Amino acid sequence: MSAWDRFLEAFFNPVVMSRYLPDILKGTLLTIELAALIIVSGLALGLALALLRSFGFRPLNLLIIFVVDLFRALPPLVIIVFIYFGLPAVGLSPSGFVSTWLSLMFVLMAFSEEIYWAGITSIPKGQWEAARSTGLTYGHALMSVVLPQALRLTIPPLTNRTIAITKGTALASVVAVGEILGMASSAVSNSYNPSPLTMGAVAYLILFLPMVVFGRYLETRMAWKR
Amino acid sequence: MLETFFNLEIARSAWPIILAGLGNTVLLSLVVVPLGLTGGLGLAMLASVRKPWVRYPLMAWVDFFRAFPPLVLLIFLFAGLPFAGLELGGFACVCIAFFLNTGAYYGEILRAGIESVPSGQTEAARSTGLGRVQTMLFVVLPQAVRNVLHDLLSNTLEVVKLTALGSVVAMPELLFQARQAQSLTYNPTPIVLAAVIYFVMLWPLVRLLSRLENRALAVRV
Amino acid sequence: MAARPIVEARGIHKHFGSHHVLKGVDLALAERELAFVIGPSGSGKSTLLRCLNRLEEPSSGSVVVDGVDMLDPRTDLNHARQRIGMVFQSFNLYPHMTALGNVTLALRKVAGKTREEADAVGRTALDRVGLADRAGHTPGQLSGGQQQRVAIARAIALEPRVMLFDEPTSSLDPELVGSVLGVMRDLRESGMAMVVVSHEMGFARNAADRVLFMDQGLIVEEGTPSQIFEAPAQERTRSFIGQIQKH
Repeated sequence: MSAWDRFLEAFFNPVVMSRYLPDILKGTLLTIELAALIIVSGLALGLALALLRSFGFRPLNLLIIFVVDLFRALPPLVIIVFIYFGLPAVGLSPSGFVSTWLSLMFVLMAFSEEIYWAGITSIPKGQWEAARSTGLTYGHALMSVVLPQALRLTIPPLTNRTIAITKGTALASVVAVGEILGMASSAVSNSYNPSPLTMGAVAYLILFLPMVVFGRYLETRMAWKR
Repeated sequence: MLETFFNLEIARSAWPIILAGLGNTVLLSLVVVPLGLTGGLGLAMLASVRKPWVRYPLMAWVDFFRAFPPLVLLIFLFAGLPFAGLELGGFACVCIAFFLNTGAYYGEILRAGIESVPSGQTEAARSTGLGRVQTMLFVVLPQAVRNVLHDLLSNTLEVVKLTALGSVVAMPELLFQARQAQSLTYNPTPIVLAAVIYFVMLWPLVRLLSRLENRALAVRV
Repeated sequence: MAARPIVEARGIHKHFGSHHVLKGVDLALAERELAFVIGPSGSGKSTLLRCLNRLEEPSSGSVVVDGVDMLDPRTDLNHARQRIGMVFQSFNLYPHMTALGNVTLALRKVAGKTREEADAVGRTALDRVGLADRAGHTPGQLSGGQQQRVAIARAIALEPRVMLFDEPTSSLDPELVGSVLGVMRDLRESGMAMVVVSHEMGFARNAADRVLFMDQGLIVEEGTPSQIFEAPAQERTRSFIGQIQKH
């Protein structure tokens, strides 16, 4: 058997692959579920914080800034480990799935708040002034004039950041969640063959590569044209 | 609550273990950040050859690693390669994974930076007799780095945070050590301690970044 | 002229930190009157204008517009501002909306009109500035002069009692200035009270009732256009007019 045959036997073993394909598919579905939950809740919370921050209530803003900084500074895996291994000490036992969801949700919330906020503050003062000079309230000026422009500006950086954070669903394997990497890892130790990892890798590429390409497309196309 | 999450006695006894972990995290960062930057610089230099047969494979390479979760890459190297007869050990795996993953990110950032420098700069430099490499090194790169400084620092923050992945392949860095201490003491204080250390270590960089971020977006308007 | 002024500002002071920008300015504008404010940059002209609709908060003084005390905390500022149209040097059109969208936003959100009502009013306003056929264009598709006319339509659609113009032609290419001044002249002829901060001396000569010269936060001199341009009483006014006319 040549080296090439041995390589194929190890990483593209058809017998192992067909046996564990259902597991990998199950893991893929769980990854999609987890990713969707993180994206929806994280982006919504981030926007809510940015809107709250725009009201300029100082004590509240300092709190928001602190929370955002905290979740930007901590490695996501540290947050997951804290929630999963730490909270049981006070009687709360979130599952690995919930721990990962909450952790990455907070991380995405923090990063997206920062991006939304930068978007809102980058809208020229004249836009606020024009809106207020026609009698629009602060809320109307924010929602009808400033936010639509700010959101458009934030879409490319937000997309890239969302992809980077959502990829972190693989961290869930560390806390025993049967998503793609978790399924692949246990399949490798059960079959003593790395082919499931190959399948897992392909599954991640199928999920995330289109998003990355889409993000690149947005970056070139969405530059603001005045 | 305080007893559980910030037990001073446990913190004191776990401190030497945690401190060793912090040392390793710093060392690891000092290895992988330059490694990723080198990889990225290589990619960006290649990309400045504006030929389609260089450009598109390069783009595919970068997008491949941007789509690939770094943990999956690490596990593949650590648990997969031994089956092909390559037993690399945790440290080598981390280095390779970071070189590939963060190199792709740094490469994309530096490429954008280099493209943001007007071609007139290159023309002016070449007209004074500077060579291709000298032009890149002394004229283009300094401006490129300044233009994308925010993104470079932001990525560096992510790279330092990513070193926590080392714990998965048994590298004795901060998170790994904290988890060791936690399983010895049956108390989450060591993990809280590690989190506090990460925060104190990285907070200044986070603050600096959000200051730069406001300016970065403002420029795009 | 009507007995009660439409705008009455008294003793306006404005500090920006240690910078004393307005040092006690009085301005009364009668119904149908056009007051034209000139002066070197940094003299406080724009700040005065922005104090009238409280985009800038005066440090002290009083501002009454159409009988409404603008500085009274009980005043519904958003309601009052609809009666004070403002046109900015940099247009400040909303880039994500069409011309009609720009004009109708406040009609729908503040004046509480339905979309159909607002659209009808908006189209009339666009027609008045000669841009009925550009209703569906976004600001990016319009020339600077057209953008500024849309901005004027945005203000007049709310049927203001007075219009404030803050250097409306300063960021326009010379060949586009005429169209904006034309719209302003039509407005003037319809009897709109206006305060105009501008460097268009030709427009001041044949459209203004009164010219005010400001310098260093004070109104130095005011009078009819011919008084100010041909026989200014103050040395500072004379040297400013002289400099302007050299160009």
